[in-house]
Amino acid sequence: MTPREQMARLTAELAETAQRAGRRLSYMEVCGTHTVSGFRSGIHALMPETVRLVSGPGCPVCVTAQRYIDALIDLGRRDGVTLTTYGDMLRVTGEGGSLELARSEGADVRVVTSSMEAIEIARAEPEREVVFAAVGFETTAPATAAAVLAAEQDDLPNFTVLAAHKLVLPAMQTLLADPNLAIDGFLCPGHVSVVIGAEAYRPVVDEHAMPCVIAGFEPLQMMEGILHLTRQTVAGEARLENLYPTVVGDEPQPHAAALIERVFEPGDSAWRALGVMTESGLDLRPAYARFDALARFGLVLGEDVDPPGCRCGEVITGQCEPIDCRLFGRACTPVVPIGPCMVSSEGTCQAWFKYRRHEMRAGAGA
Amino acid sequence: MSHLDPHGTRVVLAHGGGGQLTESLIQDAVLPRLANPLLDPLDDSALLPTDGPVAFTTDSYVVQPLEFPGGDIGRLAVCGTVNDLAVCGARPGWLSLGLIIEEGLELDILRRILSSVASTAEEAGVHVVTGDTKVVARGQADGLYINTAGVGALRPGITLRADRCRPGDAILINGSIADHGMAVMLQREGGSQIESDLESDVAPLGDLVEALLEAVPETRFLRDATRGGLAGVAADLAAHSGYRVELDQESIPVRPATEYAADMLGFDPLTVANEGKVVAVVPGDDAERAVAVLRDHERGREAAVIGRIADERDGLCELLTYVGGRRVVQKPYGEDLPRIC
Repeated sequence: MTPREQMARLTAELAETAQRAGRRLSYMEVCGTHTVSGFRSGIHALMPETVRLVSGPGCPVCVTAQRYIDALIDLGRRDGVTLTTYGDMLRVTGEGGSLELARSEGADVRVVTSSMEAIEIARAEPEREVVFAAVGFETTAPATAAAVLAAEQDDLPNFTVLAAHKLVLPAMQTLLADPNLAIDGFLCPGHVSVVIGAEAYRPVVDEHAMPCVIAGFEPLQMMEGILHLTRQTVAGEARLENLYPTVVGDEPQPHAAALIERVFEPGDSAWRALGVMTESGLDLRPAYARFDALARFGLVLGEDVDPPGCRCGEVITGQCEPIDCRLFGRACTPVVPIGPCMVSSEGTCQAWFKYRRHEMRAGAGA
Repeated sequence: MSHLDPHGTRVVLAHGGGGQLTESLIQDAVLPRLANPLLDPLDDSALLPTDGPVAFTTDSYVVQPLEFPGGDIGRLAVCGTVNDLAVCGARPGWLSLGLIIEEGLELDILRRILSSVASTAEEAGVHVVTGDTKVVARGQADGLYINTAGVGALRPGITLRADRCRPGDAILINGSIADHGMAVMLQREGGSQIESDLESDVAPLGDLVEALLEAVPETRFLRDATRGGLAGVAADLAAHSGYRVELDQESIPVRPATEYAADMLGFDPLTVANEGKVVAVVPGDDAERAVAVLRDHERGREAAVIGRIADERDGLCELLTYVGGRRVVQKPYGEDLPRIC
């Protein structure tokens, strides 16, 4: 059977199953990679009218509260500082502009593809203070931990991280506590689940009676995940299903979990739209405090001043679609982005604008 | 060659000073490789024996690293400009070669790159007829930048424009996409964990285009899919033709290794640069013949029909994905992969 035929079979079964629910079903993906894969493969266009897949807080750049972005831009502009960052952070705007703008004005901002590249730079250029912008979920946190351990081993005096790592589960639980949230289940991320283990979702399933299905990133795997979620909903069940067992185990991946555990401890963290959530982020343990950029440079995180009119916060909590935002596609485009969801390649607004613009035209003026 | 390089084995600032050292660089490194009757007088301008209208184009090359699997900046600088002429329906004839060299560049590298310019020019059937060399201080450039301009005589009776495309026309490509961008990217990430035998597709396409235009003179539109990749060309084609462009993901050739590399690094192969790929639009009835002609050529063995011009007049490009989904294809916004050409 060709992939196209397999997909046709899945969507036919999905339509038939969903019909039995007698209402429109909404599932939320909480992973930027799922967001991109879904849009890129065009699966939204294949879904029956009765089922909808919305994006949750799964894009690392999008969930990073404005205060961190402002701190990064502040750091990036300082003399003697080399700011190393994953490429997606470059264009996010804060009060002081963006890192891209700062770079064009002479700031030393360098895009790296791994945390260890930042370590290499710190080793090679001992006269520079190298700061690594550590964003992302449980997937990137082990790499940051490994970099901190490398810096410790080498006794690197000129390497620090701005720790803004986030944990997926507290965000899901905060969403569930919101009475406005109208979803029927979570399509759980593959990569994050590798690190935290499938059983991590048990409380979501047991305490909130919310179906959770872990699925891979291929469009067929995603659609299969949505079908499994729909079957649960129709059967009135809330179970934890792992459709990615070759990669995701029940328990946390020991090596990655150990790295995180050694370097970080859970700490309160500020999220865009979701606010400060208890133990929802990762702080450096006291033993590694000397690698904390905030301490090294005496920076205090400020308040979040979100761009006026921007609805990224509602987008990442599934409360509105990008198309519902007045700025979307007009004032805010990938070329001149206003909110982080339009900046990041994993952002829902950018994905919408890139891949579903024809629907936007049809809905223009709405 | 000691008189060329009294200071060692590297280019020094004086090589670009316009004095004796410049002359010796040209005499020793450039002329033996590129000599031809139009260049040899070394006058301030080359005198071109043209007859009728010509196409004229220029491009600058800043690729890093200078040498990469499947090619180097010299081959790139010839092919890029030659291909820009070819897809306008011109027969590439003459090139200029401007070198901006960073002080300290190894002369052996420069010689290798000039040899590559020479062999690629021969392969493409063009002559380098004028040139310039500048040397800038260390840190003010990155090894070597090259600018080439090219002139080619226009073929009579050929008009290639996006607005000539009509519903029912077929969209073709002469082979696999994204090989150049991914090969350069992987080479640049030398330390990265991804091992691969990917090679750039950088190649001159003058012959291939000539064969196509002779077989299918009604060809509507040609474009080499360089920066911005196939997505950039298809989105432009849609915007400038005014019609919807439909691409069929299943029929777009992508090598498995390229697809894997793109996937690992988070790139969409559609938006990754090529340096030896041409997108052609031909009337639907000519599609089969056009594919056969392309496949007859060594640069077109994997040629395929990859899409069509549809009836809708919305100027959008849409991809029918391999699982049957549909989504819009847009030009990439910025440089996904900086310094790729």
